[in-house]
This record gives sequence, C-alpha cells and structure tokens, in this order.
Amino acid sequence: MEIEKFQYDNKIVKQFAYATMLWGVVGMIAGLLAALQLVFPATNLELPYTTFGRVRPIHTNAVIFAFVGNGIFMGVYYSLQRLLKARMFSDFLSKIHFWGWQLIIVLAAISLALGKTTGKEYAELEWPIDILITIIWVVFGWNMFGTIIKRRERHLYVAIWFYIATFVTVAMLHIVNSIEIPVSLWKSYSWYAGVQDALVQWWYGHNAVAFFLTTPYLGLMYYFLPKAANRPVYSYRLSIIHFWALIFLYIWAGPHHLLYTAVPDWAQSLGVVFSIMLIAPSWGGMINGLLTLRGAWDKVRDDVVLKFLVVAVTAYGMATFEGPLLSIKSINAISHFTDWTVAHVHVGALGWNGFLTFGILYWIIPKMFRTNLFSVKLANMHFWIGTLGIILYAVPMYWAGIMQSLMWKEFTPEGQLKWQFMDSVTKMAPFYAARALGGALFLIGAIMMCYNLIKTVKQGSFLANEEAEAPALSKTFHAHSKDHWHRWIERRPVQLMVLSLVVVIIGGVIEIVPTFLVKSNIPTISSVKPYTPLELQGRDIYVREGCYTCHSQMVRPFRSETSRYGEYSKAGEFVYDHPFQWGSKRTGPDLARLGGKYPDSWHYNHMLDPTSMSPGSIMPTYPWLLDDKVDVSSTVGKIKAMMKLGVPYPEGYENKAAADMQKQAEEIAANLKKDGIQTVADKEIVALIAYLQKLGKDLKAAPKEEVAKLTN
Amino acid sequence: MKFINYLESITGIGIYPLTSFMIFFVFFLGVALYVIKADKTYLKKVSQIPLDINE
Repeated sequence: MEIEKFQYDNKIVKQFAYATMLWGVVGMIAGLLAALQLVFPATNLELPYTTFGRVRPIHTNAVIFAFVGNGIFMGVYYSLQRLLKARMFSDFLSKIHFWGWQLIIVLAAISLALGKTTGKEYAELEWPIDILITIIWVVFGWNMFGTIIKRRERHLYVAIWFYIATFVTVAMLHIVNSIEIPVSLWKSYSWYAGVQDALVQWWYGHNAVAFFLTTPYLGLMYYFLPKAANRPVYSYRLSIIHFWALIFLYIWAGPHHLLYTAVPDWAQSLGVVFSIMLIAPSWGGMINGLLTLRGAWDKVRDDVVLKFLVVAVTAYGMATFEGPLLSIKSINAISHFTDWTVAHVHVGALGWNGFLTFGILYWIIPKMFRTNLFSVKLANMHFWIGTLGIILYAVPMYWAGIMQSLMWKEFTPEGQLKWQFMDSVTKMAPFYAARALGGALFLIGAIMMCYNLIKTVKQGSFLANEEAEAPALSKTFHAHSKDHWHRWIERRPVQLMVLSLVVVIIGGVIEIVPTFLVKSNIPTISSVKPYTPLELQGRDIYVREGCYTCHSQMVRPFRSETSRYGEYSKAGEFVYDHPFQWGSKRTGPDLARLGGKYPDSWHYNHMLDPTSMSPGSIMPTYPWLLDDKVDVSSTVGKIKAMMKLGVPYPEGYENKAAADMQKQAEEIAANLKKDGIQTVADKEIVALIAYLQKLGKDLKAAPKEEVAKLTN
Repeated sequence: MKFINYLESITGIGIYPLTSFMIFFVFFLGVALYVIKADKTYLKKVSQIPLDINE
C-alpha cells in the first residue's frame, strides 16, 4: 500500500492553547471579583458595568465558553489530526473558527458588561451573538467532518465519538434554547414563557454542562491520558458502553434543576430517575480513566502532567457522584438555592475542567515546541497550590450551603421562623471570604502556569507543520464475515452523528413536547394579567441588571418557604414571563411575593443604598437607576413583540401603551412624593418599582376558591 | 401539597416514560451484547490508536 506523506497543523493548536491561557486567567479574575463583591460590596464600584449581576454572567460565560471552549478546540485539533492520521480539512476553516470564536468572546464580554442579556443562565448572549455562535459552530463541525472524511485511519477512536456527539448536541441545544423574538439589535424576548421557558432553559443548561463541559473533555481524557501514561485505555469495551449510556441518559436529566417548582410532577420525576442512573456511566468513565494507570502509579509521582490528569478524573468522579445525589428530591430540597450548588459546580469546573486543561497544556506545549518544560518544580507548585485552592473553595461553600438551608428551615418551638433571611446573609461573610481566598490561590496557580509555559515557548522552537506519514485508506473495505453492527458504525462518522442525534433527540422530545402540546392545560388564573408597559420596562431593567443571579422568583411548597414568603408559586402565574426569572440561587431572598410588601419609597431608598433599608445587606447600590431615563421609544416594539408571542394585549394597544405608561409612572412618582422623595416620572427607578410591586400581586388578588382549587 | 393541577389530565402520559425506558433498555442491551461478543484482538488494536508512534 502506498505510504502518503502529510503534515499536522500545530499552528492552530498553538493559537487555541494561547487563547485558553489568556481567557482562563481573565475568566478567573472575573470570578474572583464576583467572589470579593459578596464580601466587600464596595468592590461593585458603583458602576453599572461592574456590579455583581453583570460580573457573574461575564465570569460564567468566560470560563465556560472562552476558557473551556478554547481548551476543547485546542485538544480536539491536536488529537483529531493524530487519531485520523490527517491534517485538518481546511486551514482556512480553522482560521475562521479560531478568530470567529475569539470575536464571539470579545462581543460577549462587552455586551454582558453593558447589560445586554437574555436573562437565561449560561445562554445570556443576545441574538446577534447567538447567530454568530451558530455559524462558527457549523464551521467547526464542517472542518471536523471534512477531516474525518479524508482520514487515513478507518476506525474512529472513542475520543472522536465524544467529539461528534458534542458537536451535534450542542448545536441542537443552542438553537432550540435561543429561539427568541428580536425587539432591537441588542434586545430580544424568549419565544417560550414561564414553565416552558424554564424546562427548555434547564434542558439546555444541564446539557451545556453535559455536552460542553463533560463529553468533549471525556474525549480529551480518552486521548491524552493514555498518551501521557503511554499505555492504552484500561477497557475499550467499557468506553463503548460509557459513551452510549452517557449521551443517552444525560439529555433527560435537566428537570432536576427544577424540583419542587411549578414544573409538572411527572417531568420532575423523569429527570430524577435519569439523573440517578447517570452515576453508572459517569463512574464507568472515571474508573476507566483511573485504571488506565494500573501498574503505572509510580509514574504519577514523577510526572506532573499525570498528577493533573489524575486529580481531574477524580474530581470528575466526585462531581458525578454528587450530581445524582443532589437530584434526589429530599436532598435537593435542602441544597437548592444555596451555595452547596456553587461548591458542586466548582469541584467540576476547577477540578475536572481546570486541571484537565492544565495537564494537557503542560503536555502539549513542550511537545509542539520540541523542548522540555521550563520548570517542572514550578508546575508541581502549581499543582499543589491549585489543589489547595479547590479545597479552600469547596469546603467553605459546602459548609455555607448547608448552614443557609438549615437557617432558612428552622422554626422556634412556638412555630415561628427562627431566623430572618438577613441572618443567613451576614453569617456567610467568613465563608465567602475563604472562598475568595481559594479562588485567588487557584488563579495564582494559573498565572504561574502561564509564566512557566511562556518561558517554555521562549526556549523552544515551534514546529508549525509536523511531518507524518501513513498509508492511504483503501477505497473498498472488506468486512469480516462476522462483522457486527457496532463495528459498522465505528467506521461511519455521519451515521454515528445521526444516531447520536437521534439518541439525544428522543430524550429532548419526550421531556419537552408534552409540556408544549398542552399549553392550554396550564391552569389559568383569572387574575393573572399581562404586564403593563411600565412594568414590562421595569422587568427589562430587572433582567438587564442580572437580579436573577441572586434572587429567585419561585416559592417552593414547603412550610418554611410559605411562612417566609407567602403562597407557593403556581404554573399559571408565569404565562406572560418571557423569559422566566425563577433564578437558581438565593444570595438574597425570594422575590415572588414582593409586590405590596413595602411602600414605593422603600424600594427607592433600597436601590440607592440597600443597607439603609436592610442593614447588613451585601446587595450592590444602583444609583444610576435614579438618574437614567427609561427609553420610552422602545415601548411600542416591546408590546408588539409580546403580542406576537401571544400575550393578550387588546388590539392596537401598542399605540396606547405610552400614555398608560406615563399615567402609571406619575402615580408612582406621586406616591414617592408623599414620602418626601422628589423624582421625575420617566426615571428607570420608577419602572423598576412598578415591576417589583407587581410581583405576586396577581395571585394575591385571585379569588380564594380558585387558589384553593390549585392548591389541593 | 402536590402539583396535580398540571398535565395530569392528558390521557396516557404514562406511555412517555415507559417508551423512553424501553428504548433505552433495548439499546443498552444491544450495546452490552456487542461489547461482550466483540473480538478481543480487534479491540486491542483499536485501543492502541492514540499510541501510534507514527506522528
């Protein structure tokens, strides 16, 4: 057979590696800033761009899509070429992919800082960026499949299956969850409302974890772990089961983020069952990774790359053990909305994604620069300081989470709630401080790595095009007579992609479609009315400032919650919520029943200086809301968009909206005046107050019999 | 306090989880069977792909 000569493209790998390092540090700095803001509210800097509600999405988007995203592409572009014995399909596509992705990151950072957000966690980016992501993702897939088609290795190694599943599932998730109606260039409303929006969002959110943070990294594990240990994976059989079981089960698990919410009971149960089953393939994968080192554990002592990889795989095991546990309803009742979730997420993010990325970087850079690592000692220090950082981060957060939950649920013997919500906030300060320290250590480790790798780059000479040779793939393949169906699919990338897609679509469809088909079945509550134009504008300010990052709008049916907040939330309350704003974390109290609780002037003063109204508060100040004017000209477009989405405003209402808005604003301004506050009716604060006073008010106004019927 | 007010009335909702479980079960069984029956030498060869020194 003729041997063909070709070259691997290392340049694109190098570019993605540099981007990973850069965005990793940037994303972690944003995380550290967010952590400090919870300890020292002054670090919000009294600027709109640097308040927690905007920094937190910047942090999550940066570490997920910029740090891990570039890490994925670095690892995929390196391993794919070698596993297929082929150069990437097109250098041009590689280039578009790289620069396109960096453009997305920059646009994301700027737009999030400016408050341009859809208000859906991990999918905050507005519609123009969503479209750009779709295009660049297709470029990535095109390049990957092009390479697969011109490969010189017939069999697709298991890592590639994970890459293919990642590509196809992320595409599906991103498109379905991002369907929105644009109002202007940087503003859109989710096509879905309330319960449906929540289900789609967490089907997306959970699977962003699954198919962006997990499956591609498992692919990388299956390549780089054997490579670094110089021995094949423990069991290839297990990896086949691991792959299919994992992608099959993961897609169903989304509703475990919505336990005890207004999501239908059967969907919650379905999510729980599949979440618990998930432990099997997850641990199968972890065991497969760790046992690859059987008989080679002595290497781990000396090889810093293996150290990082081993801790990464162990952290994966811990996080995926905890995940199913947290999805059990009784445990979730305690953990949800607390810092426990934050701890859980960071074991995965810092341990699994962080350490695996670091391990790969330490391995890949010296290889491509044909030199040794500048300082093994420094890398070892990074390993220990990073590990310490993870522990210092996670332990206080677990502690804090459990403490919060116990405080929220404790009653006195007389049957009164024992603690004010504020007590659970003030008691968190030392834990939040320890967490910030842990995060700072992790960041210092990452900076040490950057220094070490830059030095390595300086002392080496880069091999942009690596020579390789392999026999061409014969056109005809003579199958073994006893060839099996699975081996058939292992040679066929397109069919593998289609089958993966079918597998994930089944889960998605069965989970989501029934909720949509019976839209009319959401028990309507006669008193739930669409938002007035002013409330709608106020709601958009609420979304813009990222209030959902700290406040939930979902009272769960527990005595501790109904005593604290009021009647628990019903599905019918959210039918006009595009997007839903249930939130996932209570750094501050739930707001679902806030309306009418305080006078307008309380909110005015509270937004100007939260501690003046609630001493001990760590909420940022929002002075600009008192000065900035609501953009009245956007009202017509917003009402029109809502009408398109089925919100029942009377016909032609968009033209009357401005007048109604003015009237309601003047009422609030008059209210404020009674309490000695002089303000003009067109300020943003007035719209926000209108929205905050609307929260839960409709349910309170509902006829008693109607609520009783829903409560049962 | 159960959410019995929502979707309970769709006839045959039980078929959804049941179908999904059956699909998963049958598929999983297929993969498991294949994996058990798979040719050892072939698997060994395949698992060596990343270690090929030909790069």
